[in-house]
Amino acid sequence: MLLYALRRLIYLVPVAFGVSLLVFALVHLAPGDPISAIVPPDTPKEVIDKLKEYYGFDKPLPVQYVRWLLVTLSGDFGTSIGTGRPVAQEVGSAFGNTLILAISACLLAFTLAIVLGTTAAYAKSRAVDRLVTSIALFGVSVPHFWLAIVLVIIFSVELGMLPPMGIGPENATSWRLDWPHIRHMILPTIALSVIPLGVMTRTVRSTIKEILSMEFVTALQAKGMNDRQILLHVLKNAAPVCLAVMGLQAGNLIGGSILIETVFSWPGTGFLLNSAIFRRDLPILQGTTLVLAFFFMMLNLTVDVIQTFVDPRIKRA
Amino acid sequence: MDSVLPVKDRGGPSQPLLLARDLRKHFPVAGGLLGRATRVVRAVDDLTLSVEKGETLGVVGESGCGKSTVARLLMRLIRPDRGTMVLDGDPVDEPHGITVNELRRQVQMVFQDSYASLNPRLTTVETLAFAPKAHGLPAAEAKSRSRDLLAKVGLDPNTFADRYPHELSGGQRQRVNIARALALRPRLVILDEAVSALDKSVEAQVLNMLVDLKDELGLTYVFISHDLNVVQYLSDRVLVMYLGKIVEIGAVEAIYSDPQHPYTRALLSARPTMDPRRRTKEAPIQGDPPNPIDPPSGCRFRTRCPFAEDVCARVEPVLADTGAQEVACHMRASGSGHSRAA
Amino acid sequence: MAIQSPSLEIGAGVGVAVGPVVVARGYWQSVSRRLRRDPVTLICGIILLLIVASALTAPWLGLADPYKTSMIRRLYPIGSPNYLLGTDELGRDMFSRLIYGGRLSLFMGVMPVVCALLIGATLGITAGFMGGRVNMAIMRVMDVFYAFPSVLLAISLSGAMGAGAENTLLALTIVFIPPVCRVSESVTTQVRGFDFVEAARASGAGTFTIVRVHVLGNVLGPILVYATSLISVAIILAAGLSFLGLGVKPPEPEWGLMLNTLRQAIYVNPVLAALPGVMIFITSICFNLMSDGLRAAMDVKA
Repeated sequence: MLLYALRRLIYLVPVAFGVSLLVFALVHLAPGDPISAIVPPDTPKEVIDKLKEYYGFDKPLPVQYVRWLLVTLSGDFGTSIGTGRPVAQEVGSAFGNTLILAISACLLAFTLAIVLGTTAAYAKSRAVDRLVTSIALFGVSVPHFWLAIVLVIIFSVELGMLPPMGIGPENATSWRLDWPHIRHMILPTIALSVIPLGVMTRTVRSTIKEILSMEFVTALQAKGMNDRQILLHVLKNAAPVCLAVMGLQAGNLIGGSILIETVFSWPGTGFLLNSAIFRRDLPILQGTTLVLAFFFMMLNLTVDVIQTFVDPRIKRA
Repeated sequence: MDSVLPVKDRGGPSQPLLLARDLRKHFPVAGGLLGRATRVVRAVDDLTLSVEKGETLGVVGESGCGKSTVARLLMRLIRPDRGTMVLDGDPVDEPHGITVNELRRQVQMVFQDSYASLNPRLTTVETLAFAPKAHGLPAAEAKSRSRDLLAKVGLDPNTFADRYPHELSGGQRQRVNIARALALRPRLVILDEAVSALDKSVEAQVLNMLVDLKDELGLTYVFISHDLNVVQYLSDRVLVMYLGKIVEIGAVEAIYSDPQHPYTRALLSARPTMDPRRRTKEAPIQGDPPNPIDPPSGCRFRTRCPFAEDVCARVEPVLADTGAQEVACHMRASGSGHSRAA
Repeated sequence: MAIQSPSLEIGAGVGVAVGPVVVARGYWQSVSRRLRRDPVTLICGIILLLIVASALTAPWLGLADPYKTSMIRRLYPIGSPNYLLGTDELGRDMFSRLIYGGRLSLFMGVMPVVCALLIGATLGITAGFMGGRVNMAIMRVMDVFYAFPSVLLAISLSGAMGAGAENTLLALTIVFIPPVCRVSESVTTQVRGFDFVEAARASGAGTFTIVRVHVLGNVLGPILVYATSLISVAIILAAGLSFLGLGVKPPEPEWGLMLNTLRQAIYVNPVLAALPGVMIFITSICFNLMSDGLRAAMDVKA
């Protein structure tokens, strides 16, 4: 198993290079050079050139890439143009906030999905199945940022029960485990969880249905196993596929939380990315994208490795 | 349109139609740190065989012995790692010989019936017309030839020409498979488990049809199967394979009446029989076939052979003529060092 | 946002038909027949047709000018005289803007998928059929893009390139090419292993001919189903980008952008503020249901 993990890790290296190349190229995608984009329009050329030289933007692109890569690998993600603070610090604290939201949303979504999906797969009545399928459809079709706004309208504007934005009371920048902070977390979590809920419910339902139709289940029933024991077997068989999809969804949540964070002004990586784009704070843009992409890759790797444990059919090299 | 006329015989009856020498095919198995192949499946190892004109050469062996790989190598659907092929005197895929495309004009294959053997999106006639059209035959002529082919394999063109594969029974599909192989008027037809998936009664009909077609069209067959009875019915010569190597080869009567290789004997005695006097009291072969990734040294059959001795592990036996057939076994090779050698 | 590979069953559509003669039906005819009989797909199709038709014919429908602002007539509620769905935060007619908004929103949703389908399917089918080094090269490049969650990639690309509809189109196309390519490659590899493709190769036909006659017909179905399932994702993603200010620029009517600019109005006229999202929601659901219907219609065994 260890060998498999190692193999996948080594295999990731060229991909990681590609990712770093892409992130580096992001900066240079916009027309004009990075400096001219952020300085006031009437800045004299000599100042621009000096800035370019300082930041190294005057060197040829491959040289810039290598320099940037080496610097980044050493842990220095640069300095935010907007706040002057190290990028690593900004991204670090923001990442923590995003994780809190993502983990809660995942817990909510996956628990519900397993319950709903299993119920639908076992359901004798078509009405139940239809209901669950509709819920799942809702989850994958609804624009979650719109749902967020609707939730705010219902619970903050009309009912005044929950706060419409922020991570905690009074412009808090980090989260704590107490009731006021939990109140701030409820609506964003719900909004963020709809898509994974929809996808996972569908996945769980179709996987379990497929397994139930397999002959070995009939064989187990013929052996005299009761339904609970069979359910255990079924869940074991369903685990590999469902785990894989869960991992993918979790990764998507972390990388894709920007819309919800924007609606709720939740100070996570998404929000950071958003403000970085508008301030054209390219070091933050690069740093955040890089961190998120690598986290996503590592998550996928972990899911793959766990799968080799869970799914005996996958050969361990 | 020269390419769709049948190819004339070149070397006369004594020249083998197809001669394959030292064919080797190893498939890499992904493993190791960088995903590079560290192990190989030795599917076919230095195999030499010849197919005489007008004969039916049966090829038998267990699953995984390499029969299907040999079939695909003969058709050059897979490129061999080593080895040469000569078709009626012309070397294949070599500067002074014929190209692989030309080989495929003369050698065709019938696949085992499965839902994947025919394109589900094409009608019967479209499937049959594909190859001739690809070789330049005009569409109308290709279509009429297809209808003739259908009739030849016993399917009424008016009923079956516009049917889709899902509207055919297994036997009918297999007839279409056979017709497809005949579309380019080949000289050699390789049948890879062509009747294995059919019900017994249908199988009998198809086999008889194959015999008739062979006579009518002057074909040569290589018939690959794991069903020993069918092979006996159809073949003139039989070739027995084990783990990528030929262990015995000879006329069908000789092999079936006096099998000389221990493996052949085991295979033949394992056949269920209706005769109550022939009872098998014990399993003729022990164990499972070993892994083609790491075949045993020396004689590959030695791990399951009741007569294995030291020499069998050290030296690989070669095919030696023992009169009626050729056998690759130390027991039959005089001077090999085996205690039972003459 | 999730872009997944669906479970891929190529409906090879083979069952054993023993018995009387059955009138042969072409595959695509039977698919469309099943589609026409499915009530859900029909209803969604009609709804979508209405939305698309109204979007296309918007200039000739006698609607109010969607750009005409009015400082005094701002945020009129739904059902006001002359303003069927009220007015937005700049006094523009909501009904008109919603219909006009459909033009850009639908375009930004469908166009990237179409482009990604063309490019991704070509790459994927090539990779799947050629195998070997070509396959490795193409798929490794795709892996690099797959290392990003799709939303992140879309936003980073958009953010880096700058706001604007063209950049959004480009960014979204790039985001969707890898999934389409991966699905295409997977399906093509599967089909290529089938015996009838081997038989086609054995017949000596050229590669293009084999792909055209034997591979494409069996491969395009699942790829198309997958692509249609991407349309709803694309619409939401495009609206999301506009919502963030990265997509269409004001004063163009576009549902996502409208959601953004109307946010300030949620305390004044909440229902109005939510209206553009309703359109996105309806369109997305309809596309999803139609995609499901298409998959069900194609997945039948004869």
